[in-house]
Amino acid sequence: MNERSGPNGRTSPQGVAVDDGHLLEVRDLFVEFHTRDGSAKVINGVSYHLDAGETLAVLGESGSGKSVTAQAIMGILDMPPAVIPSGQILYRGTDLLTLPEDERRKVRGKQISMIFQDALSALNPVFPVGWQIGEMLRLREGMSRADAKRRAIELMELVKIPAARQRIGDYPHQFSGGMRQRVMIAMSLALDPAVLIADEPTTALDVTVQAQIMDLLGELRRDLNMAMILITHDLGVVADVADRIAVMYAGRIIEHADVHSLYEAPAHPYTKGLLESIPRLDHKGQRLTTIRGLPPNLMRIPSGCPFHPRCPYARQECVDVVPTVRSLGNDRTSACHFAQEVLDGRI
Amino acid sequence: MAASDPTNPQATTGGAATGGTDPARTGGTKPRGETVLRVENVVKHFPITQGVVFKRQIGAVKAVDGVSFELNRGETLGIVGESGCGKSTLAKLLMRLETPTAGRAMLEGRDMFKLSGGELRRMRRNVQMVMQDPYTSLNPRMTVGDIIGEPFDIHPDAAPRGARRQRVQELLDLVGLNPEHINRYPHQFSGGQRQRIGIARALALKPEIIVCDEPVSALDVSIQAQVINLLESLQDELGLSYIFIAHDLSVVRHIADRVAVMYLGKIVEIGTEDEIYERPTHPYTQALLSAVPVPDPKARAQREIIRLVGDVPSPANPPSGCRFRTRCWKAQDICATTEPQLVLRAVEPHPSACHFAELKQHVVA
Repeated sequence: MNERSGPNGRTSPQGVAVDDGHLLEVRDLFVEFHTRDGSAKVINGVSYHLDAGETLAVLGESGSGKSVTAQAIMGILDMPPAVIPSGQILYRGTDLLTLPEDERRKVRGKQISMIFQDALSALNPVFPVGWQIGEMLRLREGMSRADAKRRAIELMELVKIPAARQRIGDYPHQFSGGMRQRVMIAMSLALDPAVLIADEPTTALDVTVQAQIMDLLGELRRDLNMAMILITHDLGVVADVADRIAVMYAGRIIEHADVHSLYEAPAHPYTKGLLESIPRLDHKGQRLTTIRGLPPNLMRIPSGCPFHPRCPYARQECVDVVPTVRSLGNDRTSACHFAQEVLDGRI
Repeated sequence: MAASDPTNPQATTGGAATGGTDPARTGGTKPRGETVLRVENVVKHFPITQGVVFKRQIGAVKAVDGVSFELNRGETLGIVGESGCGKSTLAKLLMRLETPTAGRAMLEGRDMFKLSGGELRRMRRNVQMVMQDPYTSLNPRMTVGDIIGEPFDIHPDAAPRGARRQRVQELLDLVGLNPEHINRYPHQFSGGQRQRIGIARALALKPEIIVCDEPVSALDVSIQAQVINLLESLQDELGLSYIFIAHDLSVVRHIADRVAVMYLGKIVEIGTEDEIYERPTHPYTQALLSAVPVPDPKARAQREIIRLVGDVPSPANPPSGCRFRTRCWKAQDICATTEPQLVLRAVEPHPSACHFAELKQHVVA
């Protein structure tokens, strides 16, 4: 899991990945959006990997590129306007970006599937949920209507929708927010994928329901031995479920670490700022430390380190030179010129 | 709910200081602790009707069903609860955007629900609102100057014609925006900056009370902190009282002095920030707090999450007795028959609406 310092980090510490590298690996991915106003560089060299059975959290604010990376993996980016100038997305060693569309479609849903944030708009309002869950089974697996229905009930029971048999004919609006998200999860599991990408799965939900859904996802991930990419902006959710965490900023991964070390001692000023700026339930109110300024405009990403205009420790070097990804040992990396100093708390 | 604000001992000095005249007024001198708003038994039922021509009422959504609280000067009252608990309806009632079915809200000795015409307009100056979504709550065709200055069109005496532009620029400066940007349009600002515009608009008429309905939930983490800090420093500077409605319990803990927890149209527990977060006695509060993810992976193992089963029941047909009983692990027969009142319970000196109110250790990890 040595982050891209060598050409291929083929060690598999958990011993569960396929022999040949990682289950899923994004290598040096670039994505641009060409618009009338110019081109926005949304992803600027993102690399991460995922092994079977683990949960990787991708953390970032809006515009950091966390969802676009996931959409590139799924192959659901609108191209144009999106363009992928370079990069690889390796699934079990095959580069998905070079596959023809009909091959790609076989991966989508069956190998890698995705749940979206807003279940109400992701579901079709004019079809019953059971029909929507079964649709994939009929089209992709060639199941008969009766079999698809039977399997849809099983899936609804799997995600713990009460009275699944009675509710299979209900429409999305008849379900509560949490139940709709369960329907989404049932659909994503229909073809038994190896990788589940959850894009802000609980952002639209209340905390008590959020806890139910995160529990369910964790349980299913364990039982079905899936790998999960959890895309979120919520540092609390990450701390609860993730094994490793990749922090994104301006289309780059600026820090990557296992979840314990990252919360213990962040190695990038942005991560440090984020951790300091959130109000916490277990602490009384005192003035919050803020990250000054705004996230960058992706049409005009700042020179050097993209975080330098907001960084309290920025020096001339940060303005001039783009920081390389530094390895800090223990599978930790940070894209900061002064990563070691930040990590040691010397800065 | 006795006025139990121990936060400031200088409660009695001063008296009726009117809305501040100038943003430079130094903080802390405003008499705090005195009650500015007393809400008594507010009820809002939305009728459910059947029939097209001859509409008849077949039921009612009991969005807010008997809510009482007091708001003191200079304090922040946080209102938390899950979606559908009635917290936003309560905000609309306090803004007089909805007409209450019953209840009173005493502001400066008068029931604001009974006012109309010019009196209502004058009252409205005192209660302003910051909305949740900074993208849809600003008119895209108006400049920032027009948006912030619009309240002066309705209340011309608040700023004389010639002085309006200058006043708007002062407000922009107060909320941390560049006063030279007065002629820009909302789309030229980021989400956090737009929320600052919304705050400036709320401040234009020098209100005493600002109702903040989820003011930071649409913002990114790093921007949230900036807006929260701004709200806090404005409060210190101008002696404002906030009603801060949010679903994010961490944010509310950070900003609020007192907290009310709502469930299905009722307050189930109310107390100081410490009482609610450190010593909650209502099972719903305990479950709610335990479900909040704590940004500390070490707490993962120790955290004991109370799992609530099922969803919030429909407010059109709330359970008999205690409304929380259908999801409560403590529920007994009495909970179905007798509705627990929001009163002081023996275990803790703050009101809790549960027959079996008790302290629970380590609710927050």
